[in-house]
Amino acid sequence: MARTGRRKRDRLRWSKLYTFSCLRPSVQLETSDTGTASLGGPGFSRVVHCNQPRLHYKKPLKYPTNYISTTKYNIITFLPKAIFEQFRRVANLYFLMAAILSLTPVAPFSAVSMIAPLAFVVGLSMAKEALEDWRRFIQDMKVNSRKVSVHRSDGLFGYKHWEKLRVGDVVKVEKDQFFPADLLLLSSSYEDGICYVETMNLDGETNLKVKRSLEVTLPLDEDEVFKEFKGIIRCEDPNPSLYTFVGNLEYERQVYAIDPTQILLRDSKLRNTQYIYGVVIFTGHDTKVMQNSTDSPSKRSRIERQMDKIIYILFSVLVLISLISSIGFAVNIKYYMHNWWFLQPDDKDNKLYNPKTPAISGLIHLITALILYGYLIPISLYVSIEVVKVVQAMFINQDLQMYDEEAGIPAQARTSNLNEELGQVHTILSDKTGTLTCNQMDFLKCSIAGISYGVGSSEVEMAAAKHMASHSDFGGVGKGNLSSTSEIEIEPSTPITPVFERVRKSTIKGFSFEDDRLMNGNWTQEQNSGTILMFFRILALCHTAIPELNEETGGFNYEAESPDEGAFLVAAREFGFEFCKRTQSSVFIRERYSPSEGPIEREFKVLNLLEFNSKRKRMSVIVRDESGQTLLLCKGADSIIFERLSKNGRTYEVDTTRHLSEYGEAGLRTLALSYRVLEESEYLAWNAEFVKAKTSIGADREAQLERVAELMEKDLILVGATAVEDKLQRGVPQCIDRLAQAGLKIWVLTGDKMETAINIGYACSLLRQGMKQICLSTAPSDPTQQDAKKAAKENLSLQMSNALQMVKLERDPHAAFALIIDGKGLTHALQDDLKDRFLELAIECASVICCRVSPKQKALVTRLVKEGVGKTTLAIGDGANDVGMIQEADIGVGISGVEGMQAVMASDFSISQFRFLERLLVVHGHWCYKRIAQMICYFFYKNIAFGLTIFYFEAYAAFSGQSVYDDWYMLLFNVVLTSLPVISLGAFEQDVSSEVCLQFPALYQQGPKNLFFDWSRILGWMGNGLYSSLVLYFLSISIFSSESAFRSDGQTADMAAVGTAMFTCIIWAVNIQIALTMSHFTWIQHLCVWGSIASWYLFLVAYGTASPLISGNAFQILVEALGPASIYWISTLLIAVVCNLPYLVHISYQRACNPLDHHVIQEIKYYKKDLEDHDMWKRERSKARQKTKIGFTARVEAKIRHLKGRLHKKLPSITIQTVS
Amino acid sequence: MSSSLASSSNLDGSDDTSPQQKQSKKPKYSRFTQQELPACKPLLTPGIVIGIFALVAVLFIPIGLASLSASEAVVEVIDRYDADCVPNDMHGKELDFIQNSSTNKTCTRRLTIPKTMKSPVHIYYELDNFYQNHRRYVKSRSDKQLLQPSKEAETKVCAPEGNTPDGKPIVPCGLIAWSLFNDTYQFSINSDSIQVNKKNIAWASDRSHKFSKDVYPKNFQKGALIGGGKLNESIPLSEQEDLIVWMRTAALPTFRKLYGRIEKDLNANEEITVVIENNYNTYSFGGQKKLVLSTATWIGGKNNFLGVAYLTVGGLCLSLVLAFIVLYLFKPRTLGDPSYLSWNRNPSASMD
Repeated sequence: MARTGRRKRDRLRWSKLYTFSCLRPSVQLETSDTGTASLGGPGFSRVVHCNQPRLHYKKPLKYPTNYISTTKYNIITFLPKAIFEQFRRVANLYFLMAAILSLTPVAPFSAVSMIAPLAFVVGLSMAKEALEDWRRFIQDMKVNSRKVSVHRSDGLFGYKHWEKLRVGDVVKVEKDQFFPADLLLLSSSYEDGICYVETMNLDGETNLKVKRSLEVTLPLDEDEVFKEFKGIIRCEDPNPSLYTFVGNLEYERQVYAIDPTQILLRDSKLRNTQYIYGVVIFTGHDTKVMQNSTDSPSKRSRIERQMDKIIYILFSVLVLISLISSIGFAVNIKYYMHNWWFLQPDDKDNKLYNPKTPAISGLIHLITALILYGYLIPISLYVSIEVVKVVQAMFINQDLQMYDEEAGIPAQARTSNLNEELGQVHTILSDKTGTLTCNQMDFLKCSIAGISYGVGSSEVEMAAAKHMASHSDFGGVGKGNLSSTSEIEIEPSTPITPVFERVRKSTIKGFSFEDDRLMNGNWTQEQNSGTILMFFRILALCHTAIPELNEETGGFNYEAESPDEGAFLVAAREFGFEFCKRTQSSVFIRERYSPSEGPIEREFKVLNLLEFNSKRKRMSVIVRDESGQTLLLCKGADSIIFERLSKNGRTYEVDTTRHLSEYGEAGLRTLALSYRVLEESEYLAWNAEFVKAKTSIGADREAQLERVAELMEKDLILVGATAVEDKLQRGVPQCIDRLAQAGLKIWVLTGDKMETAINIGYACSLLRQGMKQICLSTAPSDPTQQDAKKAAKENLSLQMSNALQMVKLERDPHAAFALIIDGKGLTHALQDDLKDRFLELAIECASVICCRVSPKQKALVTRLVKEGVGKTTLAIGDGANDVGMIQEADIGVGISGVEGMQAVMASDFSISQFRFLERLLVVHGHWCYKRIAQMICYFFYKNIAFGLTIFYFEAYAAFSGQSVYDDWYMLLFNVVLTSLPVISLGAFEQDVSSEVCLQFPALYQQGPKNLFFDWSRILGWMGNGLYSSLVLYFLSISIFSSESAFRSDGQTADMAAVGTAMFTCIIWAVNIQIALTMSHFTWIQHLCVWGSIASWYLFLVAYGTASPLISGNAFQILVEALGPASIYWISTLLIAVVCNLPYLVHISYQRACNPLDHHVIQEIKYYKKDLEDHDMWKRERSKARQKTKIGFTARVEAKIRHLKGRLHKKLPSITIQTVS
Repeated sequence: MSSSLASSSNLDGSDDTSPQQKQSKKPKYSRFTQQELPACKPLLTPGIVIGIFALVAVLFIPIGLASLSASEAVVEVIDRYDADCVPNDMHGKELDFIQNSSTNKTCTRRLTIPKTMKSPVHIYYELDNFYQNHRRYVKSRSDKQLLQPSKEAETKVCAPEGNTPDGKPIVPCGLIAWSLFNDTYQFSINSDSIQVNKKNIAWASDRSHKFSKDVYPKNFQKGALIGGGKLNESIPLSEQEDLIVWMRTAALPTFRKLYGRIEKDLNANEEITVVIENNYNTYSFGGQKKLVLSTATWIGGKNNFLGVAYLTVGGLCLSLVLAFIVLYLFKPRTLGDPSYLSWNRNPSASMD
């Protein structure tokens, strides 16, 4: 079989090479061992019978199946739960009560007119819920029906759906598959039972992790051996901690301890390993990843929450006028009713209007009144908002400018109820890998022997250069023309086609290096060719990667632990040092010194490998070359390497340091390379000690290993440094720049290590040279120390206080601070007593970067910001590790890229690239916010204007609960006659075009400042409604007083005529009002507004033609009664004008004296001034930014300030001139 | 809505990316979905503001003048008779007077016509403090019964005037019909009686479609309590115009209803003698009764309010025109002047 042949090649024992994680003597546990004493106790009660899943079919060992469900409802619970959800809205509950009561005689309206709209509204919302849940269900089904190979019996394996998996099953997972459940690793295709795991979905870390099975289970590496395999695992109960595991394995009458290195977690991926065997320990919702997931919360936007408050106010008004009404009613009944013989008050069946019991009548009437005045609370508000949001969501989904051509994925609003929240975002919390960066490294530059090579420039440099070049008068600075620099024009690039789109010649993935001095073997001509040779060898040798022959091209692909290493190997290959083979003890490199020569294959014996970890920040290999020379090659963080250089190894230190800072400024990730020649005797002595440490048993094994490694990694000779670009996603820096200009704060939360995060901070311009970095981290403490935690916390607290002090005392207005904190620090900083101070500090800082944070911490940080700042937060991420953060934030945005769908599934919006966030927020968010805000305000206006007229009429009808309008008018008012215009306002209004939104990021601030939905505006609209209601009622009543005829043939107006005329006025008044509110009329708006008015007349005609049994007194009312009466038409004109006069005066005055930004821009556009006066337009665009300390622009400005500062020093005379 | 579903259903197909599918996910371009529909964006420029107010003023003042003059042209004679038509000895005991069927309710009034009243002269009765708009009252009628002879038993909604005590349905049922106004007026000038035309005082549609010509009053006012007027049982409802007018309930507690028309000019200073049958009880709730003679113009009866309101609004708009002219003169702002942008007005918000 081809498979087995391949397997032989893979069967290598890496553990001999690895220092830390792999070779660990397996410890046979005594029963009295402290580590397992707690097993079997509370919290550690799980027992798993390996390979005997049948034992888990019944209690007490029955654990949940591997079926997962993330839906909110199921078929049975849907109805009760969804209905409960619906009636959690106060307004709906009120309307439900009203509908129930409408079945009793107290109701002023017919039951149908109450129940129909409610059923419609609730039904629509529930249908939406059902649909969304259905989608989740489909997604779950996809996951549940993935297949995995499971041991059936007698050593035979067969495929099973994930959901059928039981605890105790033995599974075989193959390369690049996800683990279906939490597994105990038994063996792998490698002889020593290691495997590589990508935990991207768990913690966002992209580097591969090595897992290793117990020695004792190593022989279990063939399908057949599982025939006999039996074992018992006793371990902890399900818990969300990703990095811990306590348990032991009873196998062949021995007990072995299991630690997290043997545990493979669900949703992580097997990499670089052909297959593994494992036993299922936790299934389904017991798995760590599922334990980490939180229920997807139902989110409501800020505006909706504020709207609830308005509804409470209206409720209070409603209750108040109902009380007035019922008191009035009771008083009428008590004191006057007995006089009203025409009502037959003494009738024995008269319960409602019995003069003997006015109190009871009053109470019953209270209910009537509450229903009658229900028009104050707009029932159709919710449904109209839902409709509008669906349309808005459709616009987001359909936006071609947020469609990713390459991936073929459009933007998507997954929940539509947060659209307007997009316009109010204050803080963005972003994941790094996959969100800001592509997670692809490009070898860009290097410094060898003090000479910097590589002419290509990083994205950051290119963009900065572009900025610099665009300052036409920037050169004028030197001529002393300093004043002009204050109006530096910074041209914002258009988002659609970023100007700085790079065009690089090189198409090799991971390699963007351009410099003829080193390429094509030219380096041999260089002065320091020896050093360069060493540099390349370090690149090719000092790593842990495995080459993989690409059969198509004949070249090699490298499976590296980190993308950096991959980039180094690709670079080495391009320089002529192709790493082609790795055996147990050797690395083979094909060296080619010039293109004409053939390659020479050299073998380097790898004697030891001192791994990288975040504490050591370096890795080394000890190799022996063909000539027998023993070398230690070491690469690592510059600070670490520099302090370990020998006296004569510092030749290039000064130059290299300078280059490193240049690279850092250009946003590149840097590493320093060095080597050391070892004497044979020295090595042998050291190796003896090293082996001793390696095989030692005990808690301090690692510390010992480190100490021994440290002994060797000294007296190094510096060779040079590498600069790798962590490729940002397209348009990320520009997008960040513009978001910063729109006044948004950006935090980066990443699982990556601190240095990486800082480098990316540079690349995205979140950090820049000259920014004061506040790094909060806990000093590595001795875990044995009892109060280590407390000490660390105190230390952190002190650091924060100092930093705060420093920030507070800063006088320079341009000074910018950056806060960088790691996960350990965060655990302390997020505790109750420190979090306020942490937040205070974070707010003072221009950028905040949190590194090495766990998914849970991401969520906690998000919550801290959300609750501490009290403003809208947006979280954006792409991996499963961002799910918590996405769910916790007010708005969660998922990047629908390559990293699976978990983040997208949990998100409210999904986009395929970070750069689309700008359009999503600045255009759609801005529009949606304004639309919804205006729409809600108008809704309240219109319902107050209408609802109060009903109340006024009551005062003239002895508070009896009679309405002047026909039931049908009222029913149609919200549902038909005024709904379409307001929906068209909510769906299509544009204050300014999308281009202007993007050109003037400052306009976005109208949202976070809540200019359009603050209380003064809401109350203003309510006041307008009150005014309109007064005008509508009293003018109508005065004109159509029943006292004089309203027609030339002498008839007087009855209630139907008065009601219809008044209603006509209302329809006109509210529709003219909305026309005044709109600033953007497409044919749709015209149709909706004018169509609504027309539909009212059409309705009247139709209703009047229907049988009088339906229309009652409204029969033929328009055609016969009102139509011919001129007073009807001229009263409509009068009242509609009077209602809208104050609003017109208000907006005219406001425009004349206090125009808002969008007013002015509308005018500029209207008069085409932007075309005529191009300079002004450009100038204003560059000014329309929020003061920001991050982003390109800030960076460029800092640089300009810096240059200016230097000039001031050099040319004091100019300084005087400019000051004066 | 459908498009949003369509695009979302593609969402989990990220792993299969054949070119066709890529194409299908791409939103189709349309000006609607890209929100680029051509739109008119009206702007409130000073010219337009002044124009609007001026237009309103120009439109409203003539309308106001016209309606005021029309209202002034209406001649109206109002005579309150509820108090005077009670014999002197019955003052303080009006209720006894009105409820006693044996008292003589006839009462004679003389009215002087102030100005010539062109034919037709409308005769109204006006009641006040009478809550025809009370919910108990308004609901107490059965439209079905009025329209269809077969539905005469549909009297449930008419309680308490649905059925007679012995269970027979009352036609027309309900409180409204039961409380039918029953004062009568007879006019004469110098003992020449004037014909009162009581035809066509109700809406034609009411007569033809709401009150059937096949439905005759039945069991009306036969109950224990007698409310208002009685109906001739031989005349179908469609011809009982007084009832039809009465059944159109008024919106306000003070209302007039058409009684009839005098189709003859009444000259100025003519004295009209009205013989009133004062039957209707407004005394228990203290309501006034008035007899009104009025002509009508194109705006109907006398209604100064409309004209005054129009003139007021027209005048207000005129002054707003002036106010805005002054405002624009003294605080001129070039439209689209960038210096009014917030970042220019508030120096701290801009970058230097």
